[in-house]
Amino acid sequence: MILAFIEHVAGAPTMLSLEVLTMASRLARKMGTQLEAVAIGPKAVAAAEILSSYGVSTLHVADDQRLDDYAAAAWAHAVADLAARVNPRVIIGTASDRGGEVIAHVATRMTMPMAANCTEIVPGDPFTVTRQRWGGSLLEEAHLKGTIKLLTIAPHALAAEASPSRTQVATDTFSPALEDKDFRVRLKISLAQARVVVGGGRGVGSAEGFAALEELAGLLGGAVGCSRAVTSLGWRPHSDQVGQTGTRIAPDLYIACGISGAIQHMVGCRAAKHILAINTDPGAPIVAQADFAVIGDVQKVLAAVNAEVRRVKAGEPSRSPA
Amino acid sequence: MNILVCIKRVPATAGQITLTPDGQDIDTRYLGFTISPHEECAVEEAVRMIEAHGGITTVLTLGPEAATDQLRDAMALGIERAMLLETDGREWDPVATASAIVQAIEAERAAGRSYDLVLFGNESADSAGYQVGVRVADALDLPCVTGIKAIELADGHATVRRQTESGWETAEVSLPAVLTVKEGLNLPRYPSLPGRLKAKKKEIGRIKPQWQGGGLEKIRLKLPVQAEHTVEILGTNGDAGAQLVEVFQRLRLL
Repeated sequence: MILAFIEHVAGAPTMLSLEVLTMASRLARKMGTQLEAVAIGPKAVAAAEILSSYGVSTLHVADDQRLDDYAAAAWAHAVADLAARVNPRVIIGTASDRGGEVIAHVATRMTMPMAANCTEIVPGDPFTVTRQRWGGSLLEEAHLKGTIKLLTIAPHALAAEASPSRTQVATDTFSPALEDKDFRVRLKISLAQARVVVGGGRGVGSAEGFAALEELAGLLGGAVGCSRAVTSLGWRPHSDQVGQTGTRIAPDLYIACGISGAIQHMVGCRAAKHILAINTDPGAPIVAQADFAVIGDVQKVLAAVNAEVRRVKAGEPSRSPA
Repeated sequence: MNILVCIKRVPATAGQITLTPDGQDIDTRYLGFTISPHEECAVEEAVRMIEAHGGITTVLTLGPEAATDQLRDAMALGIERAMLLETDGREWDPVATASAIVQAIEAERAAGRSYDLVLFGNESADSAGYQVGVRVADALDLPCVTGIKAIELADGHATVRRQTESGWETAEVSLPAVLTVKEGLNLPRYPSLPGRLKAKKKEIGRIKPQWQGGGLEKIRLKLPVQAEHTVEILGTNGDAGAQLVEVFQRLRLL
């Protein structure tokens, strides 16, 4: 059996994945074996419809909430777990950044060699593959050994070609046995997509003062932003800047800490559903435009808030307001 | 802070690649050699990190004696130590390369030097296996992020960014870690003359790992088939204006 690792966006396979399926189904025919596919995340179930045109008999879907965000080691663990159960002779994926990274991890997990950026595969033992070197300016013919052949397919080495006849695609949802160490690379939520943004201005006091904002953002699963004044002071990188010349954000809640609320900043956070202002000055423009406000020093307010949020997250009852 | 940068000596190819008659290698008789481009940025980044945070940098390569040129190039930019995993010039496949590097890192650790950060290029320019960094990370049980174009270090962790089709992806990872980087991470500096002179005198540590096959064996190299192709000379100097306009119109750009 050949196992194709499929990348998808909400259940729609990427173009490179369709190219891989095309290559894999030709290879399966040559080898007289079946083609199965594996994809990460429950939404991948929707891919079965398209995969039926590529000769796929079973779609394996790794279902675990922790796999929603890209985590190469965890995704590879899922694929390797499945491979140990279904014994494929070939594991084949795209040579996209993610595809290549995942297959490389699968290869080390299974202690198998791997050939990247293949353009042709001739089955046999060993396989004879043609692969790209020098970005494709040079080709290499190579023998690929190993009891399981691991390969990635060079982008656009062939055109994706759906078959007119359709297969019945069985779906197998499985839960891989993941470990904490599969998640040692933690993806940070981007400002533009965060549901909560904790923004800091000059009132945060210093670059180190952002630690409290980082903590609150971490507790709420959000991202940290800042005002232009903070970027100019060199406290935060420009990529954190919210405003006219920075990122426009649209979170459910924007927590503006020590930010006065200059118009250039406000255009960047206008799309926030709610604004909470923390400021020493009740007359600051941001307070007038906020839905909620706390008057006081950012560090003192956040110290209290963070402690309270930590307590509630630990399952302790919140202390009711005095 | 201890940083290890793994680099590769590759031919400095120009407009056209020519192969040796047996098809086993690129004909390098008329070519210079250089550090693979992603790794030049890894070297520069390591030097910048040490300038900012203090510590010691080491550069490592697996290759023939001649690869000491590239080790010295890296030292000329400010890398302190160098290690050559000396080969007889034969190509080592990714599994074998990774395993030799892992052994070298473990030997260093046994001698009291543990690395906080191991930097690789995302892939080498020549053989482009796209896996040595990942294999080394997995073998050493270290977290790994590939394809990085920005690194910030603070308090025992690295915040890294990579470019995706939909924008920038930011990730955080605790040290020690393996990071593979891409060109664009920084603009590598030119070596200074004193830097070059200093590098010349420095010692290079040597290990001679035993050649081993790793399961991906080169049979031969071949050049991609070029389609027959003719060029239309449109004119010389100032008399080309009208013809160029005609081409623009033909391509519906005007």
